[in-house]
Amino acid sequence: MSSDAPSPDDPKRTAEFEARIARGDVIEPKDWMPERYRRQLIRMMSQHAHSEIVGMLPEGNWITRAPSLRRKMSLLAKVQDEAGHGLYIYCGTETLGVDRHELLADFLNGKAKYSSIFNYPTLTWADVGVIGWFVDGAAIVNQTMLAKASYGPYARAMVRICREENFHKRQGYESVATLARGTPGQRAMVQDAVNRWWWPSLMMFGPNDKDSPNSAELIRWGVKKKSNDELRQRFVNLTVPQAQAVNLTLPDPDLRYNEATGNWDFGQIDWDEFWAVVKGDGPCNRERMAARRKAHEEGAWVRAAAAAFAAKKRAAAAGAAA
Amino acid sequence: MTATRSDDAVPGDSQWPLWEVFIQPEPGAPHEHCGSLHAVDAEQALLNARDVYARRNEGVNLWVVPSQWITGSTPEDVGPFFDPANDKAYRHPQFYKTPRGVKVF
Repeated sequence: MSSDAPSPDDPKRTAEFEARIARGDVIEPKDWMPERYRRQLIRMMSQHAHSEIVGMLPEGNWITRAPSLRRKMSLLAKVQDEAGHGLYIYCGTETLGVDRHELLADFLNGKAKYSSIFNYPTLTWADVGVIGWFVDGAAIVNQTMLAKASYGPYARAMVRICREENFHKRQGYESVATLARGTPGQRAMVQDAVNRWWWPSLMMFGPNDKDSPNSAELIRWGVKKKSNDELRQRFVNLTVPQAQAVNLTLPDPDLRYNEATGNWDFGQIDWDEFWAVVKGDGPCNRERMAARRKAHEEGAWVRAAAAAFAAKKRAAAAGAAA
Repeated sequence: MTATRSDDAVPGDSQWPLWEVFIQPEPGAPHEHCGSLHAVDAEQALLNARDVYARRNEGVNLWVVPSQWITGSTPEDVGPFFDPANDKAYRHPQFYKTPRGVKVF
């Protein structure tokens, strides 16, 4: 699809479209949709796909140093799943009339964003477990909602992804629980990882509702069903008892159960840190982008070789037929 | 009626043509569409489909079809296109009466 300025949408068709959303219809690729809906989905889905791909880097860092064969197999499978998740979502995004190479170009030249969480470093083995528990746990909360998104290809990709993310979270939490009942050194290591990943995990849900202009529009169009703050609260409510069960503390002095609301109230998020990381100044932004560019550039000969081999086979087949 | 997507090769750094993937979840079941992927040829498309869509025994058989060869009906025509089926109640068993005395049919 060209990047020409979108023509203004026909108000009658827009009204019909919004009536379909209100009825709970699922929108399919060839259905008419407002240009703004298409643009917002391309932005959101491609960011999501890029996040899956960048998400392989922090954990990939530990594959060769996993402490046992069992943990290594789990981690390899998990990282492979993340690649698959990226591919599911790229393929879903392409149904909106954009080619994957355009999405990748936007990502590699820094125009497109990805989740800020992957700009934090994995300093110890415990980080790998905590990522599975917190980061995949937060992703499940978000993606379970997105599995009901109004755009069919996105929703279907989310259904597949949620099924697989449950393994990611379980393996992470198991690893955390093992360290938490291990030696004092292992306990200290996992508590330190929890302390470093907790706040960035809460930031994964995005800005507070009042500061999230995209969110209201996405909710109106049925892409999202819940707001950033609602999802964040759900994640906190799910995670606090899991931390208690393995005797780990969460680094928030304001965390307490609210009898009236049934929620775990939590402290103020450092939004300055969040925006700094989003804008490129997190601990690992440059490293992540450099790693992705290197992989893309160094993989060019593989893509060229596969294309040349396929052309050679086609020529041979044509020769045999002639 | 038009094909859904074009698959012109990207000049220079190719992302390869697009293929649609269909999986048979179990023996005897029909193949279902499960997604798409890029591959240079059918053989690579099948291998990629296995890695992307069947990492957990999701099926027993895979089909890959170049996306450009799929032609779909258009959503705009849904009314007139499926109209011939709307007024033919006589194609359903409920259209027919069974004599009272018959308990099992």
